[in-house]
Amino acid sequence: MRSLSIELPGLSLKNPIMPASGCFGFGKEYSQLFDLNILGSIMVKATTPEPRFGNPTPRVAETPGGMLNAIGLQNPGLEKVVTEELPWLEKFNLPIIANVAGSTEEDYVRVAERISKAPNVHALELNISCPNVKTGGIAFGTDPEMAKDLTKKVKAVSDVPVYVKLSPNVTDIVKIAKAVEAGGADGLTMINTLVGMRIDLHSAQPILSNRTGGLSGAAIKPVALRMIYEVSQQVDIPIIGMGGIQSAEDVIEFFYAGASAVAVGTQNFVDPFVCPTIIQELPALLEKLGYDHISDCIGRSWKKNEQPAYHRA
Amino acid sequence: MKKELCQVVSNQSIADSIYELTLSGSMVEEMKPGQFVHVKVSSGLDPMLRRPISIASIHKEKSEFTIIYRKQGRGTSLLAEKKPGEFVDILGPLGNGFPVEEASVGSTAILVGGGIGVPPLYELAKQLVKKGIKVITILGFQNESAVFYESKFAEFSETYIATVDGSYGTKGFVTDVLSTKNIGGDILYSCGPTPMLRAIEASSYAPKVYLSLEERMGCGIGACFACVCHVKDDPDGHAYKKVCSDGPVFRAGEVAI
Repeated sequence: MRSLSIELPGLSLKNPIMPASGCFGFGKEYSQLFDLNILGSIMVKATTPEPRFGNPTPRVAETPGGMLNAIGLQNPGLEKVVTEELPWLEKFNLPIIANVAGSTEEDYVRVAERISKAPNVHALELNISCPNVKTGGIAFGTDPEMAKDLTKKVKAVSDVPVYVKLSPNVTDIVKIAKAVEAGGADGLTMINTLVGMRIDLHSAQPILSNRTGGLSGAAIKPVALRMIYEVSQQVDIPIIGMGGIQSAEDVIEFFYAGASAVAVGTQNFVDPFVCPTIIQELPALLEKLGYDHISDCIGRSWKKNEQPAYHRA
Repeated sequence: MKKELCQVVSNQSIADSIYELTLSGSMVEEMKPGQFVHVKVSSGLDPMLRRPISIASIHKEKSEFTIIYRKQGRGTSLLAEKKPGEFVDILGPLGNGFPVEEASVGSTAILVGGGIGVPPLYELAKQLVKKGIKVITILGFQNESAVFYESKFAEFSETYIATVDGSYGTKGFVTDVLSTKNIGGDILYSCGPTPMLRAIEASSYAPKVYLSLEERMGCGIGACFACVCHVKDDPDGHAYKKVCSDGPVFRAGEVAI
């Protein structure tokens, strides 16, 4: 699997495949199905300072090729995550990426400071893009100045590199990306979900109790690819890409767009073995496409002066 | 819990929009009454998510199990088209199931099912009777054309039917049957619409009551937090139970329904 190893700030990844935050809990459930050690990393569920119950149900609704969710950042709170959930993950050889969330600047700083000291947390994912909470979340991710400012404050207290998770629900994602880069972000993760809605035929009311939810799944892949393509050409920090990945082919497409690693989200619900399957299939796909290493694929859709692989000797 | 391609043995309509699907697979070895399976009805993207469907009967000797579903939306319509010999991608068995061990030998168990909540009670009834427990079954349906499994339950239990429109059995709800027939027992197990479960929880037909809940699910294994409910003691707090992995069966009074 030498062809899959990737070095990113804070993260020595044996392969660039990881489950996305919110789609894998803290790993326990999926550990009943496969050995988590085969993963590159795990982006664990968003953590807020205090426990959060989240939104009333229904919290999920379906749409062709995707799903809407409005979980509302349910999590057991910082204390329990640091004393129970993260220590449980220490038995695996995994650099963990901790997703940091909150309602206020102080919330983010408080979570980041403490969670970044956990021995197996090698990077933070600053969640400024959750569309399903009333305060905080996406508010920080749609205003470049606020995003930059929050990134700075979190960077100042974090013991590990900080990746900022970007929202696609903006008119110019490049502007936000550049702002958080200027704020000191070590990397980006993108994209979070797109705000959407489904309405029940009989009740004439939105299916989700939160009314709106975040769209994920295969349906959003083209949006994610376009945004990674645009952002990766404008920033000098690496991108962990996500949004509708289902297969090894999708992974390569994200790398071509400019990602340096990827996360798989919704597809874990459809096929709990999707990450192991992709990791197993990637080497053969790389060989078939003529690449020695997956890093050869990064940004290939826009990098000039690089011959397609099949032109190389 | 495993993911397995299970082969369709039979798939047929047994009442208005109600289908009985028997599948063959090794996961049957792990199954308990009240558990469910998470069914991938389409190999494509519409619908994308799995469908949680409760297990109606378990045949370990034949490596077969039966699930019963209502053909309602796109997903279950696709499932209704599956032919014998075809394979269906199943994740399971999932959830905790009904506690058979809570019923003691020689006691009386009341089983109360409503509509598509009836199926998981069938395997439960079989196992309770086998253990030497007297079973009384009360099943509620919308109307006569929706009634199913009456004769199957009647083979080994005292069985009553209620229909909302009165076209078959007692007119009204299962709770009307319980009250008018003055039915009581040592333990009650129920699965069906939430208003029915609430009515049962609020009454005292048996000292021990177990309710199986239904909720929209994502992963089905406890990771995504889609199917969470509050606990009864802390209805507005942070404490929670996941219907998929802590349930779907809960002791009455354990969760807020």
